[in-house]
Amino acid sequence: MSDQKKTILTPEELSARIEGRASLTNKLRGQLPKIFWAEQDPSERVQNIREVPFAYTPAEARAEALRCLSCKNEPCVAGCPVGVDVPRFLRLVAEGDFRGAIRAIKETNLLPAICGRVCPQESQCQENCMVAKVHKDLGFAVSVGKIEAFLADWEREEAGVELPPVGAPSGRRVAIIGAGPSGLTCAGDLRRFGHEAVVFEAFHKAGGVLVYGIPEFRLPKDIVQAEVDNLAKMGVQFEFDTVVGQTLSVDDLFDEGFDAVYVATGAGLPYFVNVPGEDLNGVYSANEYLTRANLMGAYRFPEEDTPVLRRDNVAVLGGGNVAMDSARTALRLGAKNVYLVYRRSRIEMPARVEEVHHAEEEGVQFRMLCAPVEILSTPNGWVRGLKVQRCELGEPDEKGRRRPVPIEGAYEELAVEIVVEAIGNGPNPLIPKTTQGLKISRHGTLVVDEATMMTTRKGVFAGGDIVAGASTVILAMGHGRKAAAAIDAYLRNEAAEPAAAS
Amino acid sequence: MFEILVKKSLGENVTLFEVDAPRVARRHRAGQFAMVRPTAHSERIPLTIADADKARGTITLVVQAVGKTTFEMCETLSQGDSLSNVAGPLGNPTHITVPGKPEDFRGTVACVAGGIGAAPMLPIARAFKAAGHEVVTILGARRKDLLVFEDRLGAASSELLVCTDDGSYGAKGFVTDVLKGLIETRRAAGGDVDLAIAIGPPIMMKFCAKTTQPYGVSTLVSLNTIMVDGTGMCGGCRVMVDGAAKYVCVDGPEFDGHHVDFDGMMRRQAMYKAEEAASLERYRENDPSCHLQESVAAAISESEAPAKTESPARA
Repeated sequence: MSDQKKTILTPEELSARIEGRASLTNKLRGQLPKIFWAEQDPSERVQNIREVPFAYTPAEARAEALRCLSCKNEPCVAGCPVGVDVPRFLRLVAEGDFRGAIRAIKETNLLPAICGRVCPQESQCQENCMVAKVHKDLGFAVSVGKIEAFLADWEREEAGVELPPVGAPSGRRVAIIGAGPSGLTCAGDLRRFGHEAVVFEAFHKAGGVLVYGIPEFRLPKDIVQAEVDNLAKMGVQFEFDTVVGQTLSVDDLFDEGFDAVYVATGAGLPYFVNVPGEDLNGVYSANEYLTRANLMGAYRFPEEDTPVLRRDNVAVLGGGNVAMDSARTALRLGAKNVYLVYRRSRIEMPARVEEVHHAEEEGVQFRMLCAPVEILSTPNGWVRGLKVQRCELGEPDEKGRRRPVPIEGAYEELAVEIVVEAIGNGPNPLIPKTTQGLKISRHGTLVVDEATMMTTRKGVFAGGDIVAGASTVILAMGHGRKAAAAIDAYLRNEAAEPAAAS
Repeated sequence: MFEILVKKSLGENVTLFEVDAPRVARRHRAGQFAMVRPTAHSERIPLTIADADKARGTITLVVQAVGKTTFEMCETLSQGDSLSNVAGPLGNPTHITVPGKPEDFRGTVACVAGGIGAAPMLPIARAFKAAGHEVVTILGARRKDLLVFEDRLGAASSELLVCTDDGSYGAKGFVTDVLKGLIETRRAAGGDVDLAIAIGPPIMMKFCAKTTQPYGVSTLVSLNTIMVDGTGMCGGCRVMVDGAAKYVCVDGPEFDGHHVDFDGMMRRQAMYKAEEAASLERYRENDPSCHLQESVAAAISESEAPAKTESPARA
């Protein structure tokens, strides 16, 4: 482990580093102290819904970018699902050329303000960072995500957003189903290729999981809206309140003159653990709990009409980011005790390190190696507790994670009034159920050609969670990008062979 | 979008809206619902589509004001205003067949509608009749002035039987009494009721299912549970059917009434009772259309206004 302290540099120290950058050798760069950032105090931030970390200042971003070693083999680029040219944009940041840097990012990633905040950098670009290896601590990797978010915020708030150029009109129309990260990315790219892009969204607002799932304190909603507004300025059209599969079918879209369809309908029905008591009042899926709080604004109830239960004691089941989001939302809704109940141990938790750390700082109580066995009821059918069984770690499963093995007779009860289950969800069932010609996996996801994201039906492409199951925002964006390129190629081939009727 | 073309009171706290929603109207089939967000700060509420005019591109919604969102919809939105959002049609359409019988079987269907359950029943009764079934509709309410859609249901059915709890109109008694009578009369005459469909308050559907069970008459109920998205994402609408969790939005809204856990469903329906009461109370306090408040305010300003000055024109 590195013996560096998490000190915050003074403005003088920062400018000294920036001024002296010409004389930095790679050896010196690798030893520069990491630029840490201030965060809202945990006891204060649980009282509000504002973003937790404060942004880098321009000097901090430059000073941090100077830590990059510009490695020849670029492990950071290899780790990025969309292949952002990390060393190039960091070099530009270090020189103070923020405009050049944001342009470099946007060549491959249209939504940097979002990715900078919600990507799991420690398992992507920052995972194999050589600087982290020098310090023997992943926490000391160059803060790629933090700098990316800084650049996007700088562009949006200070410099003015430069929209990517829109291609010459191709006369081709593409319908995108779902305004989540995958659909939005695909729509933006299709405009760059000159195709018309119409996004159909079931909800009344664009953003998908970015607005219904990820809480405000992790991703401010005005940032998502700004990105959506930019896409609209590029000519992306949005049709809200349209549930494709119900309001319109995929066939209707072709009948209405669309030349291709991208299905990005995302998450479907939540999984429940399947223990007695799950129909009691006070049991939520994380999807419902977070949608009420975020999209429907229940944290402002009764200003907004949608309520969400507020109780003193809440148990959240699961160990992923959604579990962390739910637990931290519960605190902000006024809960005094929030337990995070997970069957395995801390190192097996799939959540991002930063989210786990933030949750812990805010007072979420981790109950590791506990498997829920029953939700306990009051005489009136409300949750009064959660019965768990202690586990120990056994042999690794097929994914290499050690399996939890229940310890006989080792039961415990947590006194809670709300249980939020955050153990994942299946793909949305509406399109698979209502569309002919799509091959569906046994998990209910759509089967696609991995090179083109085309489904088994000609002209119908798909990506994001409807293909990958529960995955990440950046992977969904990567699918959207790959699909847009393939759709472009498909439309050009179609144009060349007009005889191939649909 | 979603302009209110017609607004009509159907009785105490029950309002009919005819709304411009061409895409929803075009796809609507009997049994389906729409998710409606009346204003930009409203909840998303599931409302069953009572009628659809494909040519005019309109749908008809019948709303009973029970909480803040529905009171606000019924009291503050007028003809010419628009609903913020209408998404649909959602849920599975009614199968216009008799369960357990061949597709081409034609028989007698009892459509049992309680209160504003009459509205969602209308397209279902119509569809069964159009398919060649005999449709006997039983329409019930607590009192005469709570009966809605009597004329429309009459026109849509082979026979209409009306009852009120207090006997103020039609037969005195519950719909369950009439349903039981119908089954027995038919059976005594060598006929039968082949299918019952019950739509109304949960307690009424529960007892309709209890009524038909000993006779072995298949019974469908149409559930209206709490939903957020209505498209198979949140899982809030889950209800236990035969011991397994089912989702009203994508598995329903119709289920076999003999297997639904009505008690559990009613308990879950009451989950936000306290919040809903507080929200409604707050709405009432701030309600600009509340006449009592208006007259109090007018009285105060009058008493405080200096004599003989002209009062400002009312906006």
